[in-house]
Amino acid sequence: MLLAISLALIIEKFILIAVIVSVSLVVAMYATWGERKVAAILQDRRGPNRAGPFGILQPLADGLKLFFKEEIIPNFSSKFLFVLGPALAMLTATMTSAVIPWGDKVELFGREISLQIADVNIGILYVFGVVSLGVYGIMIGSWASNNKFSLMGGLRAASQIISYELAMGISLIALLMITGTLNLKEIVVQQQQGGWGGLLGWNIIKQPLGFLIFLICAFAECNRTPFDLAEAENELIGGYHTEYSSMKLGFFLFSEYINMFISSVIMSTLYFGGYDMPFVDESAFSPNIAALIGVAAVMIKAVLFLLFFMWVRWTIPRFRYDQLMRLGWKILIPLALANMLATGAAILYFNK
Amino acid sequence: MSITTLAFILLSVMAVTCAIMMITSKSPVNSILWLILVFFAISGHYVLLNAQFLAIVNIIVYAGAIMVLFLFVVMLMNLNADTEPVKNYRLQLIGVISGGSLLLVLLSAIMKVKEQHPVQMNIGDAGLVKSLGMTLFKDYVLPFEISSVLFLSAMIGAVIIGKKEN
Repeated sequence: MLLAISLALIIEKFILIAVIVSVSLVVAMYATWGERKVAAILQDRRGPNRAGPFGILQPLADGLKLFFKEEIIPNFSSKFLFVLGPALAMLTATMTSAVIPWGDKVELFGREISLQIADVNIGILYVFGVVSLGVYGIMIGSWASNNKFSLMGGLRAASQIISYELAMGISLIALLMITGTLNLKEIVVQQQQGGWGGLLGWNIIKQPLGFLIFLICAFAECNRTPFDLAEAENELIGGYHTEYSSMKLGFFLFSEYINMFISSVIMSTLYFGGYDMPFVDESAFSPNIAALIGVAAVMIKAVLFLLFFMWVRWTIPRFRYDQLMRLGWKILIPLALANMLATGAAILYFNK
Repeated sequence: MSITTLAFILLSVMAVTCAIMMITSKSPVNSILWLILVFFAISGHYVLLNAQFLAIVNIIVYAGAIMVLFLFVVMLMNLNADTEPVKNYRLQLIGVISGGSLLLVLLSAIMKVKEQHPVQMNIGDAGLVKSLGMTLFKDYVLPFEISSVLFLSAMIGAVIIGKKEN
């Protein structure tokens, strides 16, 4: 039965959802701190260092500041949609975490609990669906602001996200042809088998070009530099969130960091073995310890990706808009198609 | 009443209400947002039928891509409730007649079905990726490929129309 649900399962899933969502919120919170520190190091400054040791209380201070600021809703905006915009942005940012396998099973109170909220057989497609819905928060918010610069920012963001979704999808198809499954958990399990401590089993070895395309598209989907044209302040004042203030602005900015974290986790799941710690044989430990190692592996990989995101942001200047579109349509999509054809040919050649 | 029935009723009410709201709301942007909710309700129905693939593809293609383009156009043209022109009487009459005929055609098609397959809740696997792929690429491979060529030619046609000025 699909919907035969026991009470224990509901409680278990609710706790898991609460833990995973709050962990991603905390990671995103400290990503803002990390970003400022990385920027400071790259620019030979000190960065935030007043609130707490090394400034680690800075995100809390920032959050408080945003909460206490005056909330302004423009007079001629449609008020419901104006509030719906940032809410949708946050919702779609956190929804993706449902299908990510954060680790293997743990045993608690005599129950075997899988560290994945929903083990659906369409895992990757779910991620893709939620990513394609991510546009709505920005579009609705920008339109409801009743401001031309907001609208331009929103339209830029939407066309950018749609354009790069295509290349992202095609690069994923090549990966799916190798793995033969859409299930994220199975993809991770497949990657655990491989020579040299499991490293050679990772999909990055088989799909280096596909990973590169996916990485570039992930940057574009998160509206990160060099693709942050949606909020280019010297052209568009502030982009789609020009009219937003207080915590509604905070939600827009925060959802970017959650998106970054989630896409880092997805990249490590798809191409870098997910919760597979290289050179460690998980089956030698008790299940709980092995699960802990797995969660640690995912988090380490995700944090490395986050650092990469920040490193790129403070190193590479922004694209011009026509360059962005040319890169997406004329370079990445043909490259992804070629990658797909080459993967298909290789599969046919080696399976004979 | 089982959870499945309850979910079915909730989703149906949601789908019908959102569809009515989509038709009756004056502002085009609101109409589109209601239509997106209709797609979500329909995807929910697919999930109830254990057709997860159809559900998610419905969301990716319709809610995630086509509706974004609709929204895009409406926002760029800045269509609001107040800019909507008053439609004349004849146009309304034509609309009613053509809409009514479409409804008749659909109704007769549904009535004509002699053999009624009861809906298979939960157990059917027709909508899962594997069985769908097997059907599409084995039994219906020719129509599938022909329709993909059709889509490609439509895409190229759109590009050519867009380039006409140069």
